[in-house]
Amino acid sequence: MFRRLSRWAVTVPLALTLSAALTGCGSGDPATPAASTASASASASAAGAASGTLTVFAAASLTGTFTELGKTFEAAHPGTTVRFNFGSSATLAQQIVQGAPADVFAAASPATMKTVTDASLAAAPTTFVRNSLQIAVPADNPAKVDDLKDLTDPKVKVALCAEQVPCGAAAIKALDAAGLKVTPVTLEQDVKAALTKVELGEVDAALVYKTDVLASAGKVTGIDFPEAAKAINDYPIAVLSKAPAPELAQQFTDLVLSPQGTEVLTKAGFDGP
Amino acid sequence: MTPTATPADRGGARPRPGRAGRAPGGVTGRLPWVLVLPAVIGMGFLVLPLAGLLVRAPWSTLGPRLAEPQVLEALRLSLVTATLATAFCLLFGVPLAWLLARVDFPGRRLVRALVTVPLVLPPVVGGVALLLVLGRRGLVGQWLESAFGITLPFTTAGVVVAEAFVAMPFLVISVEGALRAADLRFEEAAATLGASRWTIFHRVTLPLIAPGIVAGAVLCWARALGEFGATITFAGNFPGQTQTMPLAVYLALETEPEAAIVLSLVLLAVSVIILASLRDRWVNSP
Repeated sequence: MFRRLSRWAVTVPLALTLSAALTGCGSGDPATPAASTASASASASAAGAASGTLTVFAAASLTGTFTELGKTFEAAHPGTTVRFNFGSSATLAQQIVQGAPADVFAAASPATMKTVTDASLAAAPTTFVRNSLQIAVPADNPAKVDDLKDLTDPKVKVALCAEQVPCGAAAIKALDAAGLKVTPVTLEQDVKAALTKVELGEVDAALVYKTDVLASAGKVTGIDFPEAAKAINDYPIAVLSKAPAPELAQQFTDLVLSPQGTEVLTKAGFDGP
Repeated sequence: MTPTATPADRGGARPRPGRAGRAPGGVTGRLPWVLVLPAVIGMGFLVLPLAGLLVRAPWSTLGPRLAEPQVLEALRLSLVTATLATAFCLLFGVPLAWLLARVDFPGRRLVRALVTVPLVLPPVVGGVALLLVLGRRGLVGQWLESAFGITLPFTTAGVVVAEAFVAMPFLVISVEGALRAADLRFEEAAATLGASRWTIFHRVTLPLIAPGIVAGAVLCWARALGEFGATITFAGNFPGQTQTMPLAVYLALETEPEAAIVLSLVLLAVSVIILASLRDRWVNSP
């Protein structure tokens, strides 16, 4: 009697947990809050026609500009909430492939977007901006870096992004184009982490996006270099084919591609497509 | 290899194994079965993700993937730094635990709370804090560089520091607990026989709490092995220098989830083997 009971007691919760684990698999943090805010805002503004929640997955380097565009979008679509998941494009692409409920994906490189299109989760991405690299140095530039060649000096501590993330891939492209070999002290997991090491003065230089230097508001100095032109990163945006809110997704993408969106993005240092 | 062989049992400071062996048989029958359900769910919650790792592992390519030089390098670095961090923690953590357990000084409770803060602190915050103090422009780091030419960030030593910062509380708590549970009469007896304080400490106290120290060291080592946040923030990420296994897992996940699974499996296996083989012998639940 007891044995049968205990077997049941073991099997049912195991099955429950397993199914929960499988359905929730890979959706990560954004899943549940998205669902709950969606229902909350839907009930709060049942009157609005296009109300609801729009979930945008965007590269970390778009944090400032997309937050601003999100506010513009919310103002133009009363009752709509825009939720962002900013992070490394590669991580976001993996989350989308694993089933995260996103409406729009804006990536920092065609390669990370390809992860999503290869899984048939988005059709025809559009390049909306380009970003180029700069050498970021601490405001007082202790190692007196003024061009790319200075980074090859073994006394200069350099941070690069890891080659797995877009800013690292771009850095390698730029260094290859210049025919230079740099031995960094660290390969950071994203561009913000590389920039932080410069801000704290722990490294003498890092290769980061021009937009990140601008966003650091004077804490680091950016130095242009000619080879940056050979390592320009295209930023593609796409409406996801399994978008829970496809109409809003299209409207948000249109906003990003509109002259208004372009203005916000170029003000932050992005180049036009 | 029965538990009775350990010195502490001979000293009688630990619960006798017989008692632990008898207890479950008598109690299980009366266990309210409503507890079984949540207990099993709890167990599933903790164990299923690990099982998922096993299910999704690319078993066919496991061998070649593990033999990749970068993987071996990261594994070697992880083992070396975790061991060094544990040695560091033993050297400074045991005396600290002794101070907390045996010396009544003003502010002891505050100190105890402070030394356990890294247990609950997000490791990234720990990494930032380490940078601000030991970084090239940090309070102490600045002086270290100008006086000795030493910089810790981006070095293997920096990895050891980051791991030790996060792992040391595990050792301190464990040793302090052992010290509090140890029978003071042995030390008193030694004192009445004329032993000096140092003799008492290393001839009586240390053997008495040896199981607690080993348990603490094992936990400390395992925690150091899994350290990620403080390491990537303070020591950076460079293959062969500072890229430990957890960092390698994180970066592999960006492009090659299968490689990340393989690396995770190795960490999981090492952790399970260490904890399972040592837990029964040395980690005694109160």
